[in-house]
Order: sequence, then C-alpha cells, then structure tokens
Amino acid sequence: MGRPATGRGRRAAADEEACVPGKLKHAGHLIRPAVVLLLGFALFLLVRGAVVPATFGELGHYRAASLDEIRQQAPAFAGQAVCAGCHAGVTAVRASGKHRAVACEACHGPSARHAADPAAVRHAPLDVVALCAGCHEKDSAKPKWFRQVESKEHSGGAPCQSCHQPHKPEF
Amino acid sequence: MTISRRDLLSQSGKLLILAPVAAVPAPPRRASEDAAAGYDPSRHRWAMAIDIDKCIGCGNCVRACEQENDVPAGFFRTWIERYQVSGADQEHPKVESPDGGRNGFPPSSNSNAKEFYVPKICNQCSESPCVQVCPVGATFDSPDGVVLVDQSYCLGCRYCVHACPYGCRYIHPGRHTVDKCTFCYHRITRGLTTACCEACPTGARALADLKDPRDPIHEFLRVNKVHVLKPHMATRAKVFYASLDGAVR
Amino acid sequence: MHGVEGYIYPNELELQWSVLIVLYPYLTGLVAGAFILASLERVFKVAAVKPTYRLALLTALAFLLVAPLPLQLHLGRPERSFEMYLTPHRSSAMAMFGFVYLWYLMVVLLLEIWLEYRVEIVGWSKSARGPMRWVYKALTLGSDDIGPEARAVDDKVGWIVTVIGIPSAFLLHGYVGFIFGSVKANAWWSTPLMPIVFLFSAMVSGIAAVLLLYMAAMKVKRRPIDMRCADTIAKYLFYVFLIDFSLEMLDLVHRIYEADESFRTLDFMVQTRLYVSQVVIQILLGTCLPLAILAATQIFRIGEAARRALYATAAVLTLAGIFAMRWNVVIGGQLFSKSYLGYTTYKLEFATREGLLPALALMILPFAILWVLVKLLPPWPEKQAILEPSDATIAGVKG
Repeated sequence: MGRPATGRGRRAAADEEACVPGKLKHAGHLIRPAVVLLLGFALFLLVRGAVVPATFGELGHYRAASLDEIRQQAPAFAGQAVCAGCHAGVTAVRASGKHRAVACEACHGPSARHAADPAAVRHAPLDVVALCAGCHEKDSAKPKWFRQVESKEHSGGAPCQSCHQPHKPEF
Repeated sequence: MTISRRDLLSQSGKLLILAPVAAVPAPPRRASEDAAAGYDPSRHRWAMAIDIDKCIGCGNCVRACEQENDVPAGFFRTWIERYQVSGADQEHPKVESPDGGRNGFPPSSNSNAKEFYVPKICNQCSESPCVQVCPVGATFDSPDGVVLVDQSYCLGCRYCVHACPYGCRYIHPGRHTVDKCTFCYHRITRGLTTACCEACPTGARALADLKDPRDPIHEFLRVNKVHVLKPHMATRAKVFYASLDGAVR
Repeated sequence: MHGVEGYIYPNELELQWSVLIVLYPYLTGLVAGAFILASLERVFKVAAVKPTYRLALLTALAFLLVAPLPLQLHLGRPERSFEMYLTPHRSSAMAMFGFVYLWYLMVVLLLEIWLEYRVEIVGWSKSARGPMRWVYKALTLGSDDIGPEARAVDDKVGWIVTVIGIPSAFLLHGYVGFIFGSVKANAWWSTPLMPIVFLFSAMVSGIAAVLLLYMAAMKVKRRPIDMRCADTIAKYLFYVFLIDFSLEMLDLVHRIYEADESFRTLDFMVQTRLYVSQVVIQILLGTCLPLAILAATQIFRIGEAARRALYATAAVLTLAGIFAMRWNVVIGGQLFSKSYLGYTTYKLEFATREGLLPALALMILPFAILWVLVKLLPPWPEKQAILEPSDATIAGVKG
C-alpha cells in the first residue's frame, strides 16, 4: 500500500479536528464511483425489463410459451387408431392372431405422412426376413416366453412369409 | 396383471387393438382427444412403466425415437443395454449397447450367465438434478411432469449433462443446445403414446398417466416388484421398472 | 469405440467440459489468491509484503478480466450468456456466477484499486501528455480532491473495501468449487470439501503467482528483490500450502477408507488415465516437491541467491501442480462413466474453438493485460517523494 505511516497518524488528527460536515465534504469524491455503479445498475434493470421474454415465469422459472412451441412438432408416427381407421380388414386379421399387440407402425414404420396423403406418400416395401429376424432370431438374452428360432436351421433359407403370414403368423 | 387387462378390454372395443399381450398394457390413450385445443396439463402427470421381462432388445424403440424426433446420429434419447451377470458378481456385469441397440444385438448364446435387456430413457424425475442446475431456466419441469428443454433459451453450458445421473442428455451437434427425451410431448398432449411405446412390439414399455385413475400404471405398480434406477440419487424418477436386476446401473 | 474401455452410456462418449473449463477455476483461483495476499498487508498489517500489494491487486484484476472468457468461448450459444443476468435460476449453483463476478470486479477490485491509486491518478492527469492525459482524467472520475482529509477518507474506505473483499474472494472461489462439489451425480466431484479445497488451492496458486511475478518484475526492472518480502510471502505460501495439502489428503483418505460404490472405478482411473497428471504432476512434482523446498527454506539457513532460486522453482512447480489439480478435477470427472463400468478418453484438440491454441491464448492474455496495467498504473513509483501528501510536485512522477 502506498500510504506512508504518517498518513494514518494524520488521519487521527484530522478526525479530531474536523467537524462532521467537513468530513463529508472530503468524502465527496466517493460519490462519483457510487454514481457510476448506480447508473450501471439502473441501466441493467432497464435492459432486463425490456428483454426478458414475455411469458417467462408464468408457470415456473421458464418461458411458458415454450410448452406450446414444443407441442408444435408434427408426429411422424400416426398411431394405431389412425391406421385402423382405413385398414380395417388387415387390422381385424391381425387382431385375431399373435401379433395383435404389435402396432402397425412397429413394422411398417412412421406413417403420419402417408395418413395425411395416402395416395402420394406410400410405404416402401418391407424386407420381411430381416424384419422377422429382428425380433425372433434366437438370443439367450431374450426372455424365455418369447418365440425365438435360429432362422437358418428353422427355415433352411426359405423366406419366413412362405409359411407364415406376418399379420397372423401362427398356422 | 391379466385381471387388469381383462378390465381394460371390457372398457372399450378400441382397446382390443391397442392392448398388448404383455403385462404392461398400453394405457387407454384417448386418440380422439383433441390435441392442441383441449389439452389440460393440470389433469395429467406423465410417467412410464418398463417391464424388463418383456424386452427383446430389437431396437425398434431406438429407431422409432430417431424417426419421430430427428435424433442426431451417435446420440440417444432412448437406448437399450444388454446385461450379462455371472454368478454372484453383481459388481461387474458385462454390459453392451452397440449403437444404442438401434440395430438390435448380435445373438448371444451364453448359458452360464443371467442375461436380460434394459431399455433406458429419461426418467422424468420429479426432483430433477438437471432442472435444478440449469442457470437460466432453459430446462424445466412441465406442469404435467415432463422435463423439457426450451431450445430457444438454452445457452449450451452443459451443466445439466453433468447433473443427470443417467446419461440421458447430450448436446445437439447442429443446434449447440442440450437435447433429451421429451416423452414425445407433442404426441402425448395430442392423445397419442410416445413413439418408442408405439413401436415396441412386446409392450415392454408403456406411457402412463399417474393422474388418470383408470391408467394400468396403478395396477402395474401394485402387482409388480418395482424399482427405479439409482434410487440413492433421490431424483424421484418416474420411469418404473418391473423385474429390474440389482446389477443394473 | 476409440478410446473407450468397458461400458459407458452411449451419450457419454463426448466429453462435455474441455480444457477451457480447466482454465476457468485456474484463473479465478489466481484472482482470489492474489487478492488475499494483497489483503495481508492492508487488513492484517503484514508490512513485509508491502512491495507486492499493488502488484497483487493488478494481477488479480488482470486475471479476473480474463476469467469469464473461457466460459464464454465454451458455451454452445455464447450470444445467450446474458440470460444468466436476466433470469438467474436460484436453485442453480452456476447462476450466481455472473453476479458474484460483477460484485467482485466492480465493488471490490476496481474500487480498491481506484482508491489506492487516486492520488497518483490525479497527479498524472495533470502531468501526462497526449491521449494518456485524457485517460487519467477519465480515471479521476472528475474529482481532484486529494487533500489530507480526502486521503484519510480513502484510507478508511479502502480498508473497509478490503475487509469486504476477503469474504468476497472466498466467495468467488469457494463458489467455483461448489459448482463442481454439488454435482451429486458425479462421484469424483461430489464432496463438501470441494469448495474449501478450491479455496486453499486458489490461495496457494495466487500467492505463488504474485511471488513469481514480483521476482520477475524486479529482475526486468533491474531492481533488488526485497528479501524480507520474498521470505514472508514464501512463508505464507508454505503454511497455506500445508493446509491445502492436508485438505486434499483428507479427501483422499476419506475416499479410500469409505470405499463407496464409486471407489474401485475412481481408483482405477487414478492408477491409469490420471496417473501422470494426478500422481506425478499434481501430487509429487506439484505438491510434495515445492512443499519440501519451502520447508527447507524455513528450516535451514540458505544464502539469498539460493533462496531466490528455490522460491522461483517452488512457485513454478506450485503453479504447474495447481493447474494439474484443476485438470484432474475437471477432466478427471469426465473420464469415467456414471455407470462405473467404463472409461472414455479426452482428446485435446489444437486449433479448434476449445482446443489448446485458444487455451494458450487465454493463459497469455492476463499477462498482456497485466503489462498494460503496470504501464498505466505503475505499482512501484520511481520517486518516493510523491507519497508526501503536501508535496506540490506530485505531478512530476511517472512510472
């Protein structure tokens, strides 16, 4: 610190001599940094008031409008009810077999665009063998209740659909 | 569980289509419920039921999530792990998740180990560490119990990625903001189920609404031995697992 | 997958916090440490360290100005960082950083430096030529009252600011420790000791930095090093370092003895991926060796020249050791999977946004700022005469 030892001594003397208004007079320069700080703070409050998003804090510490924005996303999977709405026949077949709990889109893939414009957007043909194997290939980590086969030995290379009808796989 | 399914089946003919064979039936999603207009968040509290004994590791959920939500390659909102636990050695299970299990798993033929698949997804914690640490309020707990991210507000500090004990968050390489499972918020608020649940062929996972007294989740929680992941983290996770092994972390 | 061992969650392949986040606690640590050293003279009246008082303040300012830059550079959306000030989330350990930072910068450091230099600034505003005159004029904030009473007021207010500054410095760096220590999902970080370990390591690094800078500055200016000052700083460095080392060992012993679910994983990580940076650089070279050197200077009678060399060596090793400590905390905390079943690798890139090059630039920048500050506000006036309050020739001085 740059002040000489005598400075503190002088201060004591000055304290004794100076009356209160005199002291304040000599603290006048301190008002300046205080004004700078207060101006900065006021500016901050002004800017803050202007730029905090409108719905922030309505429902919690977040922008409430973001809930609706997130909901705007368009679904890619139409949902089982939509498929069944048009494809009643095959839905009925499926409902009578072991695949009754497997949703259409589990195999056929996302269909919302197809449902919105059935003529223009059509599904690509499925690779049935790969699709069957994806679930039913034998794997000791799969639960025991689940039907599994070693496809090579089970079919001898013949495609699954030559025996099984995918919408109702049991004989 | 069969009882509950029968109850459900008797409720509506539509359920004949929806109800899976398995012990985790899809809840009666009100497909007719008008999405954008009629949704009241205060009437729902979303959760998920996962039955380990139903998961076959096919990867349908991972692919469906990708297709529904445009998940960038190499990152996962949901993924599947295969566990192999040998004997009493619960501490060192062999775990794999090639590409998040999106293309399934190479078949195993291990008769000596206990093996099973574990689907993972954001646990939509009620006491979310990720929400707690977000410095600006860009990630939050929605009124209906889903942890969401405001993509236009996230500054990409990555603190929440560290705070999540389950590894469910990642930084979107294109947006440079954090991304995570939304429980398909755009679907469930339209009366649909999540893409992963829609695509799951065995009903291993089912979206659940804890505020709906008719939701099968109540039966699921009552009948099964239920566990959540890392309960010692006290996050009050809302993804409930039936038959979860102690080796899973 | 490359660099992966065992099983990690698929989203864990990418490391979240890079070398820039290593710099952040390192820089703030230097700030807090330098300020606490400065406060020794002011508040605790340790007259021996007086030659470094102003240098310590300017060092703290130089590093503080750079401290938020690595954070800013690291953000995915840097243009949104102001949201921290707009809507700080009260439950977030990170949200208050902006406010703590501004409080420390504006209310503590700038104010204290202004009060300390005011008499000279007023003098320079009258004597300097060209544009510098206007710079100093602006720095006076329009007041040239430097009478003895005004100086007495400055002295008193400066003391109060320093007294407020000490807990503020503790807050600044303890807080940085809390950002890590409060992440319950990360076993390597989550410990209540983290803020206090950060604090003491901050003091260690700040004291070592000022000691080194002081000796280097004297060398450059071809002035004699005040050995009473260097000895005193070295003594404080030794004691604070002992406390820091004890705290870190306490953390280590506790972890080893408790051996909770994370222990085997973390132990393996320290034995392998962190071995060089943790065991060799941080503990052996960066802690044990400088502690031994400093202990030797306390115990044995060693000649001045040798002491200077030993202090410089100890300070350099200390600074490297504390940097390694920050590295091991930040990077180490991300090398293991939260599944405790595997490990990943950190690959330091070079000329990318979060690579080695910007990190080096950010490490050099505070020294550049310090150089400018020392030119602008010389810490060691050429003529002692200016310190006489009544001296009318104040104007004649320029460092």
